[in-house]
Amino acid sequence: MKKLIALLLALVMCLSLVACGTSDDATTGDAATGDATTEDTAAGDDAVAETIKVGMVTDVGGVNDQSFNQTSWEGLQALAAEDPTFEVSYLESKTDADYASNIESFIDEDYDLIICVGYMLANATREAAEANPDQMFAIIDDNSCADLPNVACLMFAQEQSSYLVGVVAGLATESNTVGYVQGQVSDSMNQFGVGFISGVLSVNPEATVLQYNVNSFADAPGGSTAATNMITNGADVIFHAAGGTGNGVIEACAANGVYAIGVDTDQSPLAPEYVLTSAMKRVDNAVQDISKAVKDGTFTAGTHLYDMTNGGVDIAPTQDLLTEEMIAAVEEAKAGILDGSIVVPTTAAEVPEFTLAAAE
Amino acid sequence: MDNFINNLGILIYATLLYTAPLLYAAMGSCFSEVSGVVNIGIEGMMTVGAFTGATVAYFTGNPWLGFVCAGLAGMAFALLHGIATIQFGADQTISGTAINFLAPGVAIVTAKAIFNSSDTVPLDPSSKIPTLFAGVFSSGTPWSNFMKNVFSTYASTYLVFVVLVVVWFVFYKTRFGLRMRACGEHPLACQSLGINVHRTRMICVCLSGFLAGLGGACMTMATSNQFRPTSIVGQGFIAIAAVIFGKFRPQGAMIGCLLFGLCSGLRVVIGSSSLNISVQLLSMIPYVVTVIVLILFVGKSHVPAANGKPFVKTK
Repeated sequence: MKKLIALLLALVMCLSLVACGTSDDATTGDAATGDATTEDTAAGDDAVAETIKVGMVTDVGGVNDQSFNQTSWEGLQALAAEDPTFEVSYLESKTDADYASNIESFIDEDYDLIICVGYMLANATREAAEANPDQMFAIIDDNSCADLPNVACLMFAQEQSSYLVGVVAGLATESNTVGYVQGQVSDSMNQFGVGFISGVLSVNPEATVLQYNVNSFADAPGGSTAATNMITNGADVIFHAAGGTGNGVIEACAANGVYAIGVDTDQSPLAPEYVLTSAMKRVDNAVQDISKAVKDGTFTAGTHLYDMTNGGVDIAPTQDLLTEEMIAAVEEAKAGILDGSIVVPTTAAEVPEFTLAAAE
Repeated sequence: MDNFINNLGILIYATLLYTAPLLYAAMGSCFSEVSGVVNIGIEGMMTVGAFTGATVAYFTGNPWLGFVCAGLAGMAFALLHGIATIQFGADQTISGTAINFLAPGVAIVTAKAIFNSSDTVPLDPSSKIPTLFAGVFSSGTPWSNFMKNVFSTYASTYLVFVVLVVVWFVFYKTRFGLRMRACGEHPLACQSLGINVHRTRMICVCLSGFLAGLGGACMTMATSNQFRPTSIVGQGFIAIAAVIFGKFRPQGAMIGCLLFGLCSGLRVVIGSSSLNISVQLLSMIPYVVTVIVLILFVGKSHVPAANGKPFVKTK
């Protein structure tokens, strides 16, 4: 009897560990010990000196969040496939409490570079970086660690890609009302809204932008409700920057036959007839850059800004639903941003029409 | 006035949207608890249901087949819980906790094996649970908007209320319902009257898994169109809370679920209005209201007397 329970519990433990860190090619041999799974099965403890080990710690979104965790990991995988000197692996964080211990695991295993995905890891990264001054770190979407000598802060000009989709939304709306759903209020999340609203108003100064902060990245019904509310109040194009909550936004848009705009990755597959376009953030390019810099010995700490000039942000390649006029306007806006004639605002204070930050 | 009608429509829409998955799971929980088996594995059973529903619907293109398979997957995990706790007298809380760890693990590992990702591939609109009255009401006037929003809900939402009536009937109007409730109050007396306590409890636990699986499928086949590891986050526990709130009666649990859904909708409606209230405070509404109502209006909940106690057959 007791043995049965013990067996059951052991099975549960094994499975939950497997679920925590399975790599795509299923190198789960040592899953029971909770070790990081690696892409390169050949590389063991006696790895050759020139191997560059890059470890990535996800935030609670997990490695398949269809957002920056996933894009980062895909970037690292592509890098390892193209250059075998890189050995890449990841650890998923299930709760906020996992950040420090996951970073610690990579430090113990002598990783060359530890990439922390997301501003939620800022405190854990700062503590680990201060305690291990010889360890190189990179953190995505956070600039608070820029003062440390061993942390590269990879920042994205998400307001630029949001501006481009804002231009599309401003032209696509027939009711002159567009919607914007945000997952959380923070400086980096606000940039999506600030850029989007500026983009809408640049082509359609008469437009009203309905805004709502769901305050969760995993509340799909909340996203649906917010979007339905906006649609009822006249919105016919809705942009979301809200992770899993955005699934509900896109769903409600499809149910009501209005356009949605996706974020981070090309979200067209979620509803091909209704996802107009997506604001993409090329986190994959950024993690590849910083990993190559470690290999070449050119790693520098401080802020690294990825914007349109270096391919850090862009609009999605799927353009099936866009009209000639929209594509032309997007190209024009892109050119303007690149040559500096358009400067997209980055803070809530610059765009009074953005109201979510004020409600805090 | 127009604004009021609009907001009322949204509130009803949101209430139904949040309520459906919770109510399926809550009815499941009722079955299990009333027969005397604590089932905190509802959350895990919802997760496997959510995953199985989205996967089967994706491969077969048939939402209702997916929906039923979601129930069966939940039932399979309930069977595990039943074997451990009823057959072998294992601690019901521990077994339920184990299910809650096991189920998401199984779902994610399987998803990775099939889809090479922990998300399933998004469903086509044709393989999703349909909305019954889509396109019947056009938008325009406040009242037509109201009707459109109220009736834009999914078939699974209408079904949940049908199931509720059936469950109520089974609970209070059938011989099985009486025996099941008796097993939760005084299993020894039941046995002395020739009722097979173990079998009755096993059936109830399996039914609870089936209903929880259906609840999970609502999240991935109706509200959203794919399974993600974050599809089920806490709905199972809220369903259990609704059952306690409803004094272990299906109709009471319904009120609990509707209240939670209403408050979640209220959050969005107030948050989108011109009132300037901190979003953190608004996010607390569903939970705070639940606690307040629980304290003020719900008297002592009658827990089935033998709930949580393993029953050992006497010869």
